[in-house]
Amino acid sequence: MLNLTDYLMLGALLFAISIVGIFLNRKNLIVLLMCIELMLLAVNLNFVAFSHYLHDTAGQVFVFFILTVAAAESAIGLAILVVLFRNLRSIHVDDISRLKE
Amino acid sequence: MTFSAILTGAAGGVVTARNPVHAALFLVLAFFTASGLWLMLDAEFLAIALVLVYVGAVMVLFLFVVMMLNIDTERLRIGFWKHLPLGGGVALLMVIEMWLVVSGRQFSSMVEPTPESVSNTKQLGRLLYTDYVLSFELAAVILLVAIVAAIALTLRRRKDSKHIDPAEQVKVKASDRLRIVAMPVEKEL
Repeated sequence: MLNLTDYLMLGALLFAISIVGIFLNRKNLIVLLMCIELMLLAVNLNFVAFSHYLHDTAGQVFVFFILTVAAAESAIGLAILVVLFRNLRSIHVDDISRLKE
Repeated sequence: MTFSAILTGAAGGVVTARNPVHAALFLVLAFFTASGLWLMLDAEFLAIALVLVYVGAVMVLFLFVVMMLNIDTERLRIGFWKHLPLGGGVALLMVIEMWLVVSGRQFSSMVEPTPESVSNTKQLGRLLYTDYVLSFELAAVILLVAIVAAIALTLRRRKDSKHIDPAEQVKVKASDRLRIVAMPVEKEL
């Protein structure tokens, strides 16, 4: 039988994988956004596991709000990405530092 | 157990896939598997919402954007593995720390609770519309702002469109369109 530790470990593992993904894909904006989605999924998994084992539905309400905010965030992020690509013809992170100059 | 293996495998695929389309499809697999895990945790409503919202909407949006942009993947892959030792070290440290915290007795001693008699959706709905109604409305406002922002960012006027502003048409006066030219009267032949 699975207990809470297994779910929490899976959440930690998922979070660590997405950290590695952010380190590896630091040039590619679109995969960076996907890694952020994966991180949010790991956190949501922890919330759901705790809400199940502690008999408290409030954890699931939190997951509901996180899903809402994550959907809004990815929609705006992708919109910014599209505008960026239209102006620069590239999504390379190094090309976006123009604002600094 | 199987679900966890598939989930970690799919997550590994997302971060290492060469083609962004493959990464997006791996992410779809990851979300599906996570929703299966949530079903096992008696969170039926959220499991279905995850499939509908993420696989149905967000991932389709991702796929659209990946296919719309013509990405030069080779240039993005330069130095891909360069920071693996640092990133892998940080991640490994985090996993070890989390394992030390989580493997404690207070977490593993929690027993599987007895199944609820009320359905999960009913419970969640009751909580959302009573205790959390203000936050619920705030979430709705966030979604509205996201819609407005996404449309405002990507909207652009096409130069070649035949669109005419109705206000300009209403405001027009006879003198703007019609010009009376004084010409000498032609002589009869």
